[in-house]
Amino acid sequence: MIPALVRPTQSGFVRALLDPTLPAPPGLATWNGSDPALRFAVYRNNVVVSLVAALADTFPVVRELVGADFFTAMARLYVAEQPPSSPVLAHYGDGFADWLAQFEPAANLPYLADMARLERARVRAYHAADAPVLGANAIAAHLADPARLPAAKLQLHPSVTVLASPWAIVSLWAAHQGQGRLGDVDPDWPKCALVLRFEDDATVIAIPEAAAELFHRLQRGLPLGEAAALPEPLDLGASLAQLIRHGAISAWVGPE
Amino acid sequence: MTQDWPPSPRPDGGTRGGGAALAGLGLKTSHVAQVLESGAAVDFFEVHAENYMVDGGPFLRHLERVRERWPLSIHGVGLSIGGDGPLDQAHLARLAALLKRYQPAWFSEHLAWSSHGGHWFNDLLPLPYDAATLQRVCDHVDEVQHRLRHRLLLENPSTYVEFAASTMDEAQFLNEVVRRTGCGLLLDVNNAYVNAVNHGGDAAAFIAALPAAAVGEIHLAGFAEDADAAGDRLLIDDHGSPVADAVWSLYAQATARLGPVPTLIERDNDVPALAVLEAEAARARAVLQRHAAPHAAVAPARLAARVAPPRDAPAPAGAQA
Repeated sequence: MIPALVRPTQSGFVRALLDPTLPAPPGLATWNGSDPALRFAVYRNNVVVSLVAALADTFPVVRELVGADFFTAMARLYVAEQPPSSPVLAHYGDGFADWLAQFEPAANLPYLADMARLERARVRAYHAADAPVLGANAIAAHLADPARLPAAKLQLHPSVTVLASPWAIVSLWAAHQGQGRLGDVDPDWPKCALVLRFEDDATVIAIPEAAAELFHRLQRGLPLGEAAALPEPLDLGASLAQLIRHGAISAWVGPE
Repeated sequence: MTQDWPPSPRPDGGTRGGGAALAGLGLKTSHVAQVLESGAAVDFFEVHAENYMVDGGPFLRHLERVRERWPLSIHGVGLSIGGDGPLDQAHLARLAALLKRYQPAWFSEHLAWSSHGGHWFNDLLPLPYDAATLQRVCDHVDEVQHRLRHRLLLENPSTYVEFAASTMDEAQFLNEVVRRTGCGLLLDVNNAYVNAVNHGGDAAAFIAALPAAAVGEIHLAGFAEDADAAGDRLLIDDHGSPVADAVWSLYAQATARLGPVPTLIERDNDVPALAVLEAEAARARAVLQRHAAPHAAVAPARLAARVAPPRDAPAPAGAQA
């Protein structure tokens, strides 16, 4: 009996793809008898380089903060540990911020994970579901009856992410967009952000800490009165104006 | 031009644009604004399905506006038809929704695998061409066509390795898949050329061995040059440069046999100005016109070189009719 030719399994192929220390899988052939390992490396390279490029697209400021070479080395490790779970690359990188927070070699940049959260929120905002935006007039009508305000519930647009960080990530991000000088970034400057799609752009708006807490509570479905009952001083009018100005309110519910 | 599954009894499966010479381009984000504002000298656009599997936002709206003015080809890269596990049902559902929304004239995927164990690798990985793979690929193609109610055009991939276990060559394998499933083929002429160089084969013979009537779309692209461990040429399908002369001549030979098959210029890296790609599309169109059916020698008005905005819509500033 002729022994069956080795047929590499797809799981073996994948293990070798993601771990360059492993040899190429068995059963590969080349027309000219050359070592298939070098040809297999083309696949290895395609996978890693394309996924690292996808991360670089999503996290440009993280990349600038650590430098291109460090980013590539770091992203390679992430790709090998957490390859995409879906062919929809717009979703890739959801776990990158948490991974960065545990990544020892970047521990000297403690704000890196929050910057990744901000950049990831921008991509999510860009592709988030469409929803109605309540116009200033509709909202003015609701505001006209102050007695009904405390029980009202505000539904924020699906593209909205509210970020709160102990670090000045908003100013740092803005500085990397050419909206300020890097030397000007003061650690006490804005640490919280409202990220959403506004006029087709993934927009980052600096907000006070109290506003971030208010918006968080509104997202959780608390009525306005309860959401605004904060220990720290809150400018409720200014906070609502910020939401209205950026089309962040999709619905105003009740009270009946 | 949208066609349903099962395929029409016409020999070309209704996929060929009625004998007109159609040359298309991939829709690039860097070109979308220009395309929507000023039009483009193309007969159809192609998009990667996975880029539009998002909940909302500008991508979907832009594609809707493009679809109002041009026929659309939806090209999947994530289905993993050659995967040894079951097809991803969530992904099939996303594809079904996309096809329903955008009603493409053509839908294509690859003879390759790209997922395993719940992970996706963003590359088209190679398959041994044997009976076990054939059975699996045919089962998956059947499932896709019945789930999506749309004919699938299966694309011949670029490969960098072969398998000792293969018992068929790629053309034999594709013939069998077409015969058993009734799917069509997307002939990537660049991939045919790349594989012939990479595996010491004959690209013209490969194309001549394909079932001509099944070929519903052609892709043309550029490759990068590398060398293998023996110092022989190893070509990398990188979609990062203009179509090579050798591929243009192979394309001329192929169209002489296949007739005017709708042809796409693929460019995914180092994307140049739209005009540069329009010029490549025009070159493909000129080749196709030599073989266009006499009654279709002039493309129908809605497929004319510069597609005008719909008549009931106000012309955007700077629109060229």
